[in-house]
Amino acid sequence: MSKAVSALDGATFEGFAKVAETGLRGMITVRGDLASKEMAAAVKATTGAAVPAQRKVVTGDKGAVAWMSPDELLVVVDYDQAEAAVAQMNEALKGSHALVANVSDARAVFRLTGDGNRDVLAKLAPVDFAHEAFGADDIRRSRIAQVPAAVWGNADGSFEVICFRSVAQYVFDVLKVSAEVGGEVNHLG
Amino acid sequence: MLTLQCPYCGVWAEETELHAEGEAHLKRHGPGSADHDFESYLFMRENPKGVHFERWRHASGCGKFFHAARCTMTLEVFGTYPAQTLEPPQDIKDKITAKYPGWTWREFS
Ligand SMILES: [Zn+2]
Repeated sequence: MSKAVSALDGATFEGFAKVAETGLRGMITVRGDLASKEMAAAVKATTGAAVPAQRKVVTGDKGAVAWMSPDELLVVVDYDQAEAAVAQMNEALKGSHALVANVSDARAVFRLTGDGNRDVLAKLAPVDFAHEAFGADDIRRSRIAQVPAAVWGNADGSFEVICFRSVAQYVFDVLKVSAEVGGEVNHLG
Repeated sequence: MLTLQCPYCGVWAEETELHAEGEAHLKRHGPGSADHDFESYLFMRENPKGVHFERWRHASGCGKFFHAARCTMTLEVFGTYPAQTLEPPQDIKDKITAKYPGWTWREFS
Protein backbone atom coordinates (compact mmCIF):
# COMPACT_ATOMS: atom_id res chain seq x y z
CA MET A 1 0.00 0.00 0.00
CA SER A 2 1.18 3.51 -0.76
CA LYS A 3 2.23 5.78 2.08
CA ALA A 4 -0.61 7.97 3.30
CA VAL A 5 0.05 11.70 3.49
CA SER A 6 -2.21 14.50 4.64
CA ALA A 7 -3.32 17.21 2.21
CA LEU A 8 -0.52 19.71 2.93
CA ASP A 9 1.85 17.38 4.76
CA GLY A 10 1.91 19.42 7.95
CA ALA A 11 2.39 22.87 6.43
CA THR A 12 2.68 25.69 8.97
CA PHE A 13 2.51 29.48 8.98
CA GLU A 14 3.54 31.86 11.73
CA GLY A 15 1.79 35.21 11.74
CA PHE A 16 0.29 36.97 14.75
CA ALA A 17 -1.33 33.58 15.28
CA LYS A 18 -0.02 30.23 14.15
CA VAL A 19 -1.69 28.10 11.49
CA ALA A 20 -0.70 24.44 11.17
CA GLU A 21 -2.08 21.59 9.16
CA THR A 22 -2.38 18.83 11.71
CA GLY A 23 -1.41 15.87 9.54
CA LEU A 24 -3.10 12.52 9.26
CA ARG A 25 -6.18 12.03 11.37
CA GLY A 26 -8.87 9.40 11.44
CA MET A 27 -12.27 10.89 10.66
CA ILE A 28 -15.49 8.95 10.32
CA THR A 29 -18.84 10.30 9.22
CA VAL A 30 -21.70 8.60 11.01
CA ARG A 31 -25.33 9.12 10.14
CA GLY A 32 -28.30 7.62 11.90
CA ASP A 33 -30.63 8.10 14.84
CA LEU A 34 -28.48 9.94 17.39
CA ALA A 35 -30.99 9.26 20.16
CA SER A 36 -30.91 5.47 19.78
CA LYS A 37 -29.20 3.21 22.31
CA GLU A 38 -27.40 1.44 19.47
CA MET A 39 -25.78 4.75 18.47
CA ALA A 40 -24.83 5.54 22.06
CA ALA A 41 -23.24 2.10 22.42
CA ALA A 42 -21.38 2.38 19.09
CA VAL A 43 -19.97 5.81 19.92
CA LYS A 44 -19.04 4.76 23.45
CA ALA A 45 -17.26 1.61 22.31
CA THR A 46 -15.28 3.43 19.60
CA THR A 47 -14.33 6.66 21.35
CA GLY A 48 -15.15 6.21 25.02
CA ALA A 49 -17.36 9.28 24.71
CA ALA A 50 -21.09 9.92 24.93
CA VAL A 51 -23.17 11.17 22.01
CA PRO A 52 -22.70 14.96 22.05
CA ALA A 53 -25.49 17.48 22.50
CA GLN A 54 -26.34 19.94 19.73
CA ARG A 55 -23.18 21.73 18.43
CA LYS A 56 -20.93 20.07 21.02
CA VAL A 57 -17.81 17.92 20.94
CA VAL A 58 -17.22 15.17 23.52
CA THR A 59 -13.79 13.64 24.01
CA GLY A 60 -13.28 10.12 25.30
CA ASP A 61 -10.19 8.04 26.02
CA LYS A 62 -9.97 6.67 22.45
CA GLY A 63 -11.24 9.57 20.39
CA ALA A 64 -13.65 12.44 20.08
CA VAL A 65 -17.09 12.81 18.60
CA ALA A 66 -18.64 15.98 17.21
CA TRP A 67 -22.29 16.88 16.54
CA MET A 68 -22.67 17.78 12.85
CA SER A 69 -26.45 17.82 12.36
CA PRO A 70 -29.51 16.18 13.98
CA ASP A 71 -28.62 12.92 12.25
CA GLU A 72 -24.86 13.19 11.73
CA LEU A 73 -21.75 12.81 13.87
CA LEU A 74 -18.07 13.10 13.12
CA VAL A 75 -15.96 10.55 14.97
CA VAL A 76 -12.28 11.45 15.31
CA VAL A 77 -9.72 8.75 16.12
CA ASP A 78 -6.05 8.05 15.35
CA TYR A 79 -5.49 7.72 11.62
CA ASP A 80 -4.40 4.09 11.77
CA GLN A 81 -7.42 3.20 13.93
CA ALA A 82 -10.01 4.50 11.46
CA GLU A 83 -10.68 1.29 9.54
CA ALA A 84 -11.01 -0.74 12.73
CA ALA A 85 -13.30 1.92 14.18
CA VAL A 86 -15.53 1.79 11.09
CA ALA A 87 -15.79 -1.99 11.39
CA GLN A 88 -16.55 -1.75 15.09
CA MET A 89 -19.27 0.87 14.57
CA ASN A 90 -20.84 -1.01 11.69
CA GLU A 91 -21.02 -4.07 13.92
CA ALA A 92 -22.57 -2.09 16.78
CA LEU A 93 -25.10 -0.46 14.42
CA LYS A 94 -25.99 -3.66 12.57
CA GLY A 95 -29.73 -3.71 11.89
CA SER A 96 -30.11 0.04 12.48
CA HIS A 97 -30.71 2.52 9.67
CA ALA A 98 -27.23 4.05 9.76
CA LEU A 99 -24.20 4.88 7.67
CA VAL A 100 -20.55 4.79 8.74
CA ALA A 101 -17.90 6.05 6.31
CA ASN A 102 -14.18 6.60 6.68
CA VAL A 103 -13.55 10.12 5.36
CA SER A 104 -10.02 10.53 6.78
CA ASP A 105 -8.41 11.01 3.37
CA ALA A 106 -11.21 13.28 2.15
CA ARG A 107 -10.68 15.97 4.80
CA ALA A 108 -7.98 18.30 6.03
CA VAL A 109 -7.60 19.76 9.53
CA PHE A 110 -5.87 22.98 10.60
CA ARG A 111 -5.02 24.13 14.11
CA LEU A 112 -4.96 27.80 15.05
CA THR A 113 -2.97 28.77 18.12
CA GLY A 114 -1.77 31.95 19.71
CA ASP A 115 -3.26 35.30 20.67
CA GLY A 116 -5.74 36.52 18.16
CA ASN A 117 -6.68 33.12 16.76
CA ARG A 118 -10.32 34.05 17.32
CA ASP A 119 -9.82 37.15 15.18
CA VAL A 120 -8.24 35.05 12.43
CA LEU A 121 -11.44 33.03 12.24
CA ALA A 122 -13.80 35.94 12.74
CA LYS A 123 -12.44 37.58 9.60
CA LEU A 124 -13.35 34.53 7.54
CA ALA A 125 -16.59 33.09 8.89
CA PRO A 126 -20.02 34.63 9.68
CA VAL A 127 -19.84 33.27 13.23
CA ASP A 128 -19.68 34.93 16.65
CA PHE A 129 -16.30 33.87 18.04
CA ALA A 130 -16.53 35.93 21.24
CA HIS A 131 -15.39 34.00 24.34
CA GLU A 132 -18.89 33.88 25.81
CA ALA A 133 -20.44 32.75 22.53
CA PHE A 134 -17.92 30.12 21.44
CA GLY A 135 -15.82 28.11 23.85
CA ALA A 136 -14.04 24.81 24.26
CA ASP A 137 -15.98 21.80 22.97
CA ASP A 138 -18.26 23.97 20.87
CA ILE A 139 -18.46 23.13 17.18
CA ARG A 140 -19.93 25.19 14.40
CA ARG A 141 -20.34 24.26 10.76
CA SER A 142 -20.10 27.32 8.58
CA ARG A 143 -17.92 28.59 5.78
CA ILE A 144 -14.31 29.78 5.69
CA ALA A 145 -14.37 32.56 3.10
CA GLN A 146 -16.02 30.76 0.18
CA VAL A 147 -15.89 27.09 1.17
CA PRO A 148 -17.69 24.96 3.78
CA ALA A 149 -15.81 24.18 6.97
CA ALA A 150 -16.38 23.25 10.59
CA VAL A 151 -14.61 24.87 13.52
CA TRP A 152 -14.31 23.64 17.08
CA GLY A 153 -12.64 25.01 20.17
CA ASN A 154 -10.15 23.05 22.27
CA ALA A 155 -9.61 23.30 26.03
CA ASP A 156 -6.13 24.82 25.50
CA GLY A 157 -7.63 27.79 23.67
CA SER A 158 -6.70 26.56 20.22
CA PHE A 159 -9.20 26.12 17.40
CA GLU A 160 -9.36 23.46 14.76
CA VAL A 161 -10.79 23.90 11.31
CA ILE A 162 -11.86 20.94 9.21
CA CYS A 163 -12.54 21.24 5.50
CA PHE A 164 -12.67 19.13 2.37
CA ARG A 165 -9.24 17.96 1.25
CA SER A 166 -9.84 19.38 -2.22
CA VAL A 167 -9.91 22.92 -0.78
CA ALA A 168 -7.13 22.43 1.79
CA GLN A 169 -4.71 24.75 -0.02
CA TYR A 170 -7.38 27.43 -0.35
CA VAL A 171 -8.29 27.25 3.35
CA PHE A 172 -4.62 27.30 4.39
CA ASP A 173 -4.02 30.33 2.17
CA VAL A 174 -6.94 32.37 3.49
CA LEU A 175 -6.03 31.46 7.08
CA LYS A 176 -2.48 32.64 6.34
CA VAL A 177 -3.68 35.96 4.94
CA SER A 178 -6.00 36.41 7.90
CA ALA A 179 -3.18 35.70 10.37
CA GLU A 180 -0.58 37.90 8.70
CA VAL A 181 1.36 40.26 10.92
CA GLY A 182 -0.10 43.71 10.37
CA GLY A 183 -3.61 42.33 10.18
CA GLU A 184 -4.18 42.09 13.95
CA VAL A 185 -7.64 43.15 15.03
CA ASN A 186 -7.18 42.86 18.81
CA HIS A 187 -10.91 42.62 19.19
CA LEU A 188 -11.79 39.16 20.50
CA GLY A 189 -8.48 38.44 22.26
CA MET B 1 -28.91 41.37 6.01
CA LEU B 2 -31.38 38.57 6.56
CA THR B 3 -30.69 36.35 9.56
CA LEU B 4 -32.69 33.15 10.07
CA GLN B 5 -32.48 30.62 12.89
CA CYS B 6 -31.99 27.12 11.55
CA PRO B 7 -34.54 24.92 13.35
CA TYR B 8 -32.22 21.91 13.11
CA CYS B 9 -28.92 23.14 14.53
CA GLY B 10 -30.22 26.24 16.34
CA VAL B 11 -27.69 28.53 14.68
CA TRP B 12 -28.71 32.09 13.87
CA ALA B 13 -27.38 31.96 10.34
CA GLU B 14 -26.89 35.04 8.24
CA GLU B 15 -27.80 35.03 4.59
CA THR B 16 -24.41 34.02 3.19
CA GLU B 17 -24.55 30.76 5.12
CA LEU B 18 -27.94 29.94 3.63
CA HIS B 19 -29.29 29.16 0.22
CA ALA B 20 -32.75 30.28 -0.90
CA GLU B 21 -34.69 27.28 -2.19
CA GLY B 22 -37.87 28.88 -3.48
CA GLU B 23 -41.44 28.71 -2.33
CA ALA B 24 -42.53 26.55 0.59
CA HIS B 25 -45.37 24.04 0.77
CA LEU B 26 -45.52 23.26 -2.97
CA LYS B 27 -47.65 20.27 -3.79
CA ARG B 28 -45.84 18.11 -6.30
CA HIS B 29 -47.69 17.04 -9.44
CA GLY B 30 -45.62 14.47 -11.27
CA PRO B 31 -46.07 12.15 -14.26
CA GLY B 32 -49.69 11.27 -14.92
CA SER B 33 -51.09 14.45 -13.41
CA ALA B 34 -53.32 16.87 -15.32
CA ASP B 35 -51.44 19.26 -17.62
CA HIS B 36 -52.74 22.26 -15.74
CA ASP B 37 -51.58 20.90 -12.37
CA PHE B 38 -48.19 19.96 -13.74
CA GLU B 39 -47.74 23.37 -15.32
CA SER B 40 -48.65 25.26 -12.18
CA TYR B 41 -46.41 23.01 -10.08
CA LEU B 42 -43.49 23.77 -12.38
CA PHE B 43 -44.00 27.44 -13.11
CA MET B 44 -46.64 29.22 -11.06
CA ARG B 45 -45.29 30.86 -7.92
CA GLU B 46 -46.53 33.28 -5.34
CA ASN B 47 -44.74 36.62 -5.48
CA PRO B 48 -46.33 38.67 -2.74
CA LYS B 49 -45.49 42.06 -1.38
CA GLY B 50 -45.99 41.04 2.21
CA VAL B 51 -46.37 37.71 4.00
CA HIS B 52 -44.46 34.92 2.30
CA PHE B 53 -43.43 31.34 3.04
CA GLU B 54 -40.11 30.14 1.71
CA ARG B 55 -37.81 27.17 1.77
CA TRP B 56 -34.22 27.74 2.78
CA ARG B 57 -31.26 25.44 3.14
CA HIS B 58 -28.57 25.80 5.77
CA ALA B 59 -26.06 25.12 3.00
CA SER B 60 -22.83 26.17 4.74
CA GLY B 61 -23.96 24.62 7.99
CA CYS B 62 -25.88 21.52 8.97
CA GLY B 63 -27.11 21.11 5.40
CA LYS B 64 -30.81 20.82 6.26
CA PHE B 65 -33.76 22.32 4.42
CA PHE B 66 -36.19 24.35 6.52
CA HIS B 67 -39.10 26.74 6.13
CA ALA B 68 -39.27 30.43 6.94
CA ALA B 69 -42.22 32.79 7.25
CA ARG B 70 -41.38 36.41 6.62
CA CYS B 71 -42.59 39.66 5.13
CA THR B 72 -41.01 40.52 1.79
CA MET B 73 -41.75 44.20 2.30
CA THR B 74 -40.36 44.83 5.78
CA LEU B 75 -38.05 41.77 5.92
CA GLU B 76 -39.59 40.92 9.30
CA VAL B 77 -39.12 37.25 10.09
CA PHE B 78 -42.10 35.62 11.81
CA GLY B 79 -40.31 32.37 12.41
CA THR B 80 -38.63 29.30 10.97
CA TYR B 81 -39.84 25.71 11.22
CA PRO B 82 -38.77 22.24 10.09
CA ALA B 83 -39.34 21.03 6.56
CA GLN B 84 -41.27 17.96 7.73
CA THR B 85 -44.58 19.78 7.82
CA LEU B 86 -47.41 20.46 5.39
CA GLU B 87 -48.43 23.85 6.73
CA PRO B 88 -47.05 26.66 8.88
CA PRO B 89 -47.33 26.02 12.64
CA GLN B 90 -50.17 27.78 14.47
CA ASP B 91 -47.90 29.99 16.60
CA ILE B 92 -46.30 31.45 13.49
CA LYS B 93 -49.70 31.99 11.86
CA ASP B 94 -50.85 33.75 15.05
CA LYS B 95 -47.81 36.03 14.97
CA ILE B 96 -48.56 36.99 11.38
CA THR B 97 -52.23 37.59 12.18
CA ALA B 98 -51.29 39.93 15.01
CA LYS B 99 -49.36 42.06 12.54
CA TYR B 100 -51.41 41.60 9.37
CA PRO B 101 -55.01 40.72 10.30
CA GLY B 102 -56.80 39.01 7.43
CA TRP B 103 -53.62 37.89 5.61
CA THR B 104 -53.84 35.02 3.15
CA TRP B 105 -51.24 33.04 1.24
CA ARG B 106 -52.36 30.25 -1.07
CA GLU B 107 -54.71 28.11 1.04
CA PHE B 108 -53.37 29.42 4.35
CA SER B 109 -54.71 32.30 6.40
ZN1 LIG C 1 -28.58 24.30 10.51
